[in-house]
Amino acid sequence: MPILTVKKLTKNFGGLAAVSNVSLELEQGELVGLIGPNGAGKTTVFNLLTGVYKPTSGTITLHTNGTDKPIQGLKPYKVCEMGIARTFQNIRLFKDLTVLDNVRIAMHKNVKYGLAASFLRLPSCQKEEQELVERSMELLKIMKLDHKKDELARNLPYGEQRHLEIARALATNPSLLLLDEPAAGMNPAETAQLTEVISWIRNQFKLTILLIEHDMSLVMKICERIYVLDYGQVIASGTPEEVRTNKRVIEAYLGEDVNNA
Amino acid sequence: MKKLAETMRNTKSWSKLLLLVLTYAIIHLLIIFGIIQDFQQITLTTICINIILAVSLNLITGFTGQFSLGHAGFMSIGAYTCALITMRMPTIPGFILGLVAGAVAAAIVGILVGLPTLRLRGDYLAIATLGMSEIIRIVFLNLNITNGAAGLSGIPQFVNWPWLFVFTAGTILLIVNFLKSSHGRACISIREDEIAAEAMGINTTKYKVTAFAIGAFCAGIAGALYASYFFFIKPTTFNFQKSVDVLVMVVLGGMGSVSGSVLAAILLALISTFLQSFSELRMVIYSLILIIIMIFRPQGLMGSKELSLSMLSKLGSKFSFRKGRV
Amino acid sequence: MEQFLQQIINGISLGSIYALVALGYTMVYGIIKLINFAHCDIYMIGAYVGYFCMTFLGIGFVPSLLAAMAVCTVLGVTIEKIAYKPLRNATRIAVLITAIGVSLFLEYGTMFFVKAQVRSYPPLTGLLAETLRLGNISVPMLQVLILAITVILMLLLQFIVNKTKIGKAMRAVSMDQDAAELMGINVDTTISFTFALGSALAGAAGILVGIYYNSINPLMGVLPGLKSFVAAVFGGIGIIPGAMIGGYIIGIVEVLISGYINSMYRDAFVFAILILILILKPAGLLGKNTREKV
Repeated sequence: MPILTVKKLTKNFGGLAAVSNVSLELEQGELVGLIGPNGAGKTTVFNLLTGVYKPTSGTITLHTNGTDKPIQGLKPYKVCEMGIARTFQNIRLFKDLTVLDNVRIAMHKNVKYGLAASFLRLPSCQKEEQELVERSMELLKIMKLDHKKDELARNLPYGEQRHLEIARALATNPSLLLLDEPAAGMNPAETAQLTEVISWIRNQFKLTILLIEHDMSLVMKICERIYVLDYGQVIASGTPEEVRTNKRVIEAYLGEDVNNA
Repeated sequence: MKKLAETMRNTKSWSKLLLLVLTYAIIHLLIIFGIIQDFQQITLTTICINIILAVSLNLITGFTGQFSLGHAGFMSIGAYTCALITMRMPTIPGFILGLVAGAVAAAIVGILVGLPTLRLRGDYLAIATLGMSEIIRIVFLNLNITNGAAGLSGIPQFVNWPWLFVFTAGTILLIVNFLKSSHGRACISIREDEIAAEAMGINTTKYKVTAFAIGAFCAGIAGALYASYFFFIKPTTFNFQKSVDVLVMVVLGGMGSVSGSVLAAILLALISTFLQSFSELRMVIYSLILIIIMIFRPQGLMGSKELSLSMLSKLGSKFSFRKGRV
Repeated sequence: MEQFLQQIINGISLGSIYALVALGYTMVYGIIKLINFAHCDIYMIGAYVGYFCMTFLGIGFVPSLLAAMAVCTVLGVTIEKIAYKPLRNATRIAVLITAIGVSLFLEYGTMFFVKAQVRSYPPLTGLLAETLRLGNISVPMLQVLILAITVILMLLLQFIVNKTKIGKAMRAVSMDQDAAELMGINVDTTISFTFALGSALAGAAGILVGIYYNSINPLMGVLPGLKSFVAAVFGGIGIIPGAMIGGYIIGIVEVLISGYINSMYRDAFVFAILILILILKPAGLLGKNTREKV
């Protein structure tokens, strides 16, 4: 059963087609990779899926709770409310806030108490705040950041910042998680650990994950299917093995050996 | 462990309450015994009104990150609304009605102005809010009911220390509570990174407008208090310079620090009172102080930190330790 | 129709002054992203220098103009060096507050020395006192002079910015300060030069407004300063031709509103136009909308 169907998605910036006629389908619970050379339009696809850009044409349909909802052109916070969360290629944490606050903010969309309760700090507010802290701490524990809850996000080492971004995305309680180069800038040991974390959260939270990644060891190891993008178009898709041997893919990477890229 | 934390929290909130009551009582006694006289009471009133203005602008600019130069406009709406109502109903219920109506009117204008302009970023928003505030001033300058440039005089006086205390302490308390809530954090996340905030499910437009409306509401209260205490208002009272004064308090105290705003409001009122004896050189000295503080402490007195009781006691112990060594 | 043309001519005179001041705002904003609140007071100082030269020294208009421009240049650069340069790495709002401080200092410092009273420029004599008649429209030579001087200064500015080495440096620094520095451009000198240019133009505007309206006071810069800034935003802040066009449009609109609608509301209209343009086209008439990269 698909969770996301993208049909003929196109985005033009002026005369330039950053993404053209991209069609994707993600099955419930799948872990899918989106790869391609620099400038292929991968992040633009993410920005279209999450509402940062409005598509020039094409449709994006989210299938959750037995209904089909078109989400193209919705504002990012609406898309998030519908169950799609993301991380950013160039880490975008709330840098001057604590680790705990970063996660708590992402839980805001499910907060029930109103403005009046917050002004007067009514019991309803206090109780829910307590729950927010507890739930945030659970997520931080999973990402091994619980002991740093009062640290400012900007003071975390790079790898932990990437982990915090994932924790924050999980805090929005998504059914589909988009990871934009989660392993960028990590050393092999960190990447290996991240790879495990990603598979683990996918099973634990029953998530569907779409990830952009340049680190082929990670992609080949955990992705069940891969889409390859080049010049804004899908040039290949299939299992890691199929993609690895695809001639067009190898050409796209300028003859580079995909195994070691 | 949990129990201990709870007791500590209780002690903390009790000591805060105690501090509030003490502040109120001491100043009240000082007034009764005539130690704080009429002249000092003017300074006291200015301090309270400035605290309300600075804390509420800090919510908009320091915490939500929306650079506004229009606070005087909202203040003037509160002042004129309250003045016009109390002049027709010169009773305490009339004053309360005027104050509430003024605050609500300011908040409504805040929402109406905020909805289209809060899409703008940084300096553009500042200029748009400045323009808005100037338009409001020019409208008051030309309406018959507001008596044009001469302004309104003989506004019934109701405001005294108890009123001032309730509204000042109330504003600080409500805004601090708001900032500690999930809604407040939503506002702060916009300052930190608007794109990330929106991707994490925060309706950024809604929270910008909310912050703007709360800020305008409080500025309306400040205006109403001003009109009732000083019983005379005219459009130039609420000119561009007034908005700048409030912004100066916010930046001087530290963007994103409520206690910083309170400190700066007190400090600037005291400096201004002290400089009154220099008459002609007053503004020259004031501007020099401003430039020097900004050059040597651009992050403001408090940065984005808050003054807390534990910080004070730490400071105290440090001091006594030093003394002990000497 | 004649009345309308007459109004347009008045608008052009006023617009010339706004445009000259707006250029300073736009150049400084373009290069260090600062709304230089003190700029309007440099314009005021220019008016006072001109007054001093013409009244007490009794020298002619052109030497007075040059003197006003020279004094303002020095003043502008000094302010930049003392008040803004130490804050190069501080938050923009801290620099803005400093600019407000400098503005208050200039206003009240001037007031301390020359007192708050309004002063009048000496009456014009000779050719400048004449009026040009074109059919039923009368154009005082004064207005011709204002337009001529403005056009000369603008052409000069265009030449400096587009054809000289320092102009190229200015454009480079305004695009990317760090990259410009890496390419061997002296950023500090370039910023000072930008302040010098803007201040010189403001000084010229000050003396022109003095002879045009014939009365000056220490707070005269505040409102025209705001409106010139509006003009700069209107044309697209940071864009030099934008400030010129914006200045003339704001000047003409203001005169037309005073003449045909209600002079009491003319400033309200100017600000309403500003808000509208910000909402409809935030980057201004000539500006390009930019998008943050995600």
